Amino acid sequence: MSILAWTWVIVGLSFALYIGIAFWAKAKSTGEFYVAAKQVHPVLNGMATGADWMSAASFISMAGLISFLGRDGSMYLMGWTGGYVLLAMLLAPYLRKYGKYTVPMFVGERYYSNAARVVAVVCAIFVSFTYVAGQMRGVGVVFSRFLEVPINTGVMIGMAIVFIYAVMGGMKGITYTQVAQYCVLIVAYMIPAIFISIMLTGNPIPQLGYGSSVSAGGAEILKDASAQGQHLLDVLNKIQMDLGFTAYTAGGSKSTIDVFAITFALMVGTAGLPHIIIRFFTTPTIRGARASAGWALLFIAILYTTAPAVASFARINMIKTLHNEEYAHAPSWFKNWEKTGLIIWADKNGDGIMQFGKGNAFIGGKPNKEKDNLDMKSPNELQIDRDIMVLANPEIAKLPSWVVALVAAGGLAAALSTAAGLLLVIASAFSHDLLKNVVAKNMNEKQELIAARIAAGGAVMVAGYFGIHPPGFVAQVVAFAFGLAASSFFPVIILGIFWKRASKEGAMLGMLSGIGFTAAYIIYFKFMNPPAFNVAANWLWGISPEGIGTIGMLINFAVCIVVSMITKEPPKQVQDMVESLRYPREIA
Amino acid sequence: MTQQRDLKAYWSANITYVLILLTVWFCVSYVFGIIFADQLDSFHILGFPMGFWFANQGSEVIFVLLILIYVKLMNALDIKFDVHEQ
Repeated sequence: MSILAWTWVIVGLSFALYIGIAFWAKAKSTGEFYVAAKQVHPVLNGMATGADWMSAASFISMAGLISFLGRDGSMYLMGWTGGYVLLAMLLAPYLRKYGKYTVPMFVGERYYSNAARVVAVVCAIFVSFTYVAGQMRGVGVVFSRFLEVPINTGVMIGMAIVFIYAVMGGMKGITYTQVAQYCVLIVAYMIPAIFISIMLTGNPIPQLGYGSSVSAGGAEILKDASAQGQHLLDVLNKIQMDLGFTAYTAGGSKSTIDVFAITFALMVGTAGLPHIIIRFFTTPTIRGARASAGWALLFIAILYTTAPAVASFARINMIKTLHNEEYAHAPSWFKNWEKTGLIIWADKNGDGIMQFGKGNAFIGGKPNKEKDNLDMKSPNELQIDRDIMVLANPEIAKLPSWVVALVAAGGLAAALSTAAGLLLVIASAFSHDLLKNVVAKNMNEKQELIAARIAAGGAVMVAGYFGIHPPGFVAQVVAFAFGLAASSFFPVIILGIFWKRASKEGAMLGMLSGIGFTAAYIIYFKFMNPPAFNVAANWLWGISPEGIGTIGMLINFAVCIVVSMITKEPPKQVQDMVESLRYPREIA
Repeated sequence: MTQQRDLKAYWSANITYVLILLTVWFCVSYVFGIIFADQLDSFHILGFPMGFWFANQGSEVIFVLLILIYVKLMNALDIKFDVHEQ
């Protein structure tokens, strides 16, 4: 069977599975729709959280990003996992004890203010929509690359699938499809990684493989007999330095303070993302919520410790097999992916040999339509899209066609599962926090369930619209969703749990000043000034817009604490509620 | 009022656990993986330069262990102070 046929079969089977689960897990009450009736086993919730968390970006783009950044790329690995430690110890058990349905609802009740709740609703919707548009686009991209359908048709198919299981099953349907999606995506990620590790080092565990020595077979693949028996990373460092790059295992592309700030903003942002927080509302017990965070991180870490291995293997394989190779003898995967435009060779010196090196093949790092805007200042002749590091993996490892198909299904699973989690946050913010709480307080259970389904359906439509017509700012803003979450939700939730004195005035001014500062800094550098201005010399303390959420978070904390000290303390029943969050059992 | 004092002891034990575990969390990622990564790179672990390993894999593995330890400690603490769920 051809790759295309395999892909249709495997993607079709995975979609049939998701829809089957949707019928089995139909939501019958608002409790089931918002929090899966709090009946999700901690291990399953861990898997669902893993799929919820790992988006198209984690699955397709992260390894490529790391392979280009070397050690500095670790900020994504640490930043996108470290937040779970904060979630497990500072948020999950207490919010589970609170036991209600949404993050804005907690903010509203803890800060005894509907205004605070509305501010939280706006933050939640803004963060979630910027994120979900990227996911829908990701679905379209995977469809177009693997199934040869137009991107927009791919987005529509993705919308239809999410529509069925999100609208019918709500949180319950989403949870169990996410469990299935986790299984699909992790198998799809691990199989090529394991085989490449065996090919290059003989070690079947990729996490250890990239710290081992190159095997005899590996040296043959890399076309470098002298590499045999040497540490793979030493070989990679040497070739990097020969080509004028910094060593792969050394930092250097970013300053220490910036790496620090970005990592921190990603960690705290993770712990402040509403679609992740609400996953911990679904476990039956507080014990379960704590354990669930551990399971989630374990399942995530399986992929996140494999990604840097994939990054190193792809990097060394790419340089060794392409650099100084005659174009006529290029490997077959190179020829296949050349057709997609993800990898382009421009013969600057006309010698028929591909040269890789520092700098861009094309001016500005992007070819124009005629592909004649060559950057003659750099010897580099290869324009390589980072996503190819994961997408071309099965072909590089010469794996059978069904593995290629599995990678397509994995990419779709990653994108769809994240999209569904975000859509539920948007739907519940509308139906529960705005409609039920502010507009139509007398709604009964049945009416609210219908409203929630309509809100979920509407959110799918809007997300699909953004997927088909991506606004120019989405790609830039997604990276900042973390900074905005870090500087808005995280401080007020933490203070709300750990400090009874935190008042509504403090929380509102804290959220507004934190998110206001962060958004203003990002807008100033990303939208109001030319890219050339966005450099370390102009940044506050050398912190880039990606890392500024860390400062925004500190401002939020400081403002909330100072204002709370000089305003009236919260009413007795609120302080009693905060006290009760601390103990798993109800203490009279 | 003995029960009140017990709850206070429970809460301060919880805070102590969290502070200790978060100190480790901070050390393995920010101190070992970022601030002193270059210095640690002269040592090796599992075939990796040490600073690179903490940044690339080590901190993630230790994060998982930290949550595991926290869960064990808190489940025992809940029972010791009789605040566990029934």
